[in-house]
Amino acid sequence: MSGAVVERPLARRGSHRRPVRYRPGKVIREALFYLAVVIVVLIALFPFYWILRTALESNGEVAAGVGGSNGIIPGSLSGTAFRDVFTQAQFLTPLRNSVVVALATTAVTVVVASMAGYALARLDIRGTGAILAFILLAGFFPVLAMIGPLFLMLRSIGALNNIYPLIIVYLVYTLPISTWLLKNFFQQIPSDLEDAALTDGATRLQVLRKVIIPVAVPGVFTAAILSFILAWNDFAFAVSFLTSTGNFTAPLAITTFGQSGFQVYYNLIDAAVVIISIPIALLVLLAQRRIVAGLTAGSFR
Amino acid sequence: MKGRAGGRISSGDRYLGYLLVAPVLVALVAITGYPLVYNIWNSLHFDNLSYGGLPHSFTGVKNYKAVLTNPVWIGALERTLVFTAVSICFDIVVALALALMLHRQFRGRGFLRAAVLVPWAVPTVVSAMLWKTMFDPRAGFVDYFLAAFHPAWASLSWLGASTFRSWVAIFVADSWKNIPFVAILLLAGLQVIPGDVYEAARVDGATWWQSFRRITLPLLKPALSTALIFRTLQALLVFDVIYIMTGGGPGNSTQTLSFLSYNTFIVNTDFGTGGAMSLLLVVLALAVSAIYVRAFRPVTT
Repeated sequence: MSGAVVERPLARRGSHRRPVRYRPGKVIREALFYLAVVIVVLIALFPFYWILRTALESNGEVAAGVGGSNGIIPGSLSGTAFRDVFTQAQFLTPLRNSVVVALATTAVTVVVASMAGYALARLDIRGTGAILAFILLAGFFPVLAMIGPLFLMLRSIGALNNIYPLIIVYLVYTLPISTWLLKNFFQQIPSDLEDAALTDGATRLQVLRKVIIPVAVPGVFTAAILSFILAWNDFAFAVSFLTSTGNFTAPLAITTFGQSGFQVYYNLIDAAVVIISIPIALLVLLAQRRIVAGLTAGSFR
Repeated sequence: MKGRAGGRISSGDRYLGYLLVAPVLVALVAITGYPLVYNIWNSLHFDNLSYGGLPHSFTGVKNYKAVLTNPVWIGALERTLVFTAVSICFDIVVALALALMLHRQFRGRGFLRAAVLVPWAVPTVVSAMLWKTMFDPRAGFVDYFLAAFHPAWASLSWLGASTFRSWVAIFVADSWKNIPFVAILLLAGLQVIPGDVYEAARVDGATWWQSFRRITLPLLKPALSTALIFRTLQALLVFDVIYIMTGGGPGNSTQTLSFLSYNTFIVNTDFGTGGAMSLLLVVLALAVSAIYVRAFRPVTT
């Protein structure tokens, strides 16, 4: 929106909207609607405030518990938990493991799903319907039913307690939704573009590289965001295959934090929780529109 | 030539198509198909790493018999089914209300959508640890809040003390994380309902409730069926949140089928019994999907 918008004649503008009449019933309904919106936002976000608040407590305050002067507004703020989570709990290594695995999974997914998405949308493959159904079904396959055989397989090749096999295993989270999403996306690109290039003597692969990929960047970007979120969030595979703390991913490492005798140091746990939520929260805030469009792309076809 | 988008399809293109689809299929077959077959094999054999030296002798359906008559497994099955039933009833209704809210045009809709998406996008370890903090008698907000109503509620313990209250905490954490996604699926369904249908109903003097019952619900059927299948499978396979919040306790009163599968495979390293449990889980998931697909099958003439 810039100041260069040309003023439209008033009469035209009027015809766009029905005249607003303020009836009391309508005002009350509007007020109730906004009240409901506020409640929903509170339910969604207040728990995040609470963990941030807990993460900023000192160990002494955690031991004393919430109450008195230390209520919804904390009595004092302390950054010790954010320091301790890196010094005592050595959170940096699991954090780095998670970043490596999530980025690698995203990269593999984007390449593999783009290829398949294009082929399923544009190249007349026999059995397209069956292939798409299988891909969807694989996405619903119970993760906890796979871990036994995968554990035995990784064990036999000496790849247990290693983060790199996770990159392959996480594809079961990312490939189904990404392939469907990109297939739908490629279908929406007008085929005239390709036809023109093909008429000019370009090969299919050239068309894919020079014409389709540039136009498909938004779709690929959406697939990348969703893949990163899904890979970043895994817990089940990590807890089944990783055994030593140096090889843990961030979500797994957090479950080992803050236990000390009968006292649970929630400030330490929640400092780590805040840290791993930040990249995801930023992604959602920046790309809300794309994520919503991407999540709904594969749902009904 | 078929009437598909994408112009002329030569046989070379078709080979290219198979080549492009192959990586997705190979990856998904390796991650889901291979464990499935391996589980079938294991479930018919004795295979327990804890008894390393014993031969993997063929045992027929003995593992299945043992699982089906095991009170621990039957208990987990009952809990899983009850949890699933309660979750889908509650979540679908709340998600539908939320979807109607997200669909409405108003100032701040983008912010509301982003706020609602954050709980879905963060890892389960975040939602589970966050609610573990919230429900903690000392560090949590829930008891701090309840204390205002009854002094005895100031130090009510939720996790690990009472089976019922443990389930309440799990249910809250799980619904808080998963309702947003169901709402987004339903939002996608609402977006494809043409607005002039409502306009026509309004002209005919239909009330909000009438147009909801007669227009929204019937036209939302495909989206509802997608959301139901998705949410049901997710609840049937619940694992992360239980592992993190209660570890299956107190006793084994919050163990679900997926949790038991993890315990059997990874803790007990019993791949025969685990294989049988996994296959029963897969069969259950398939049966539920089949029931939904039948129930929502469009009426054909």
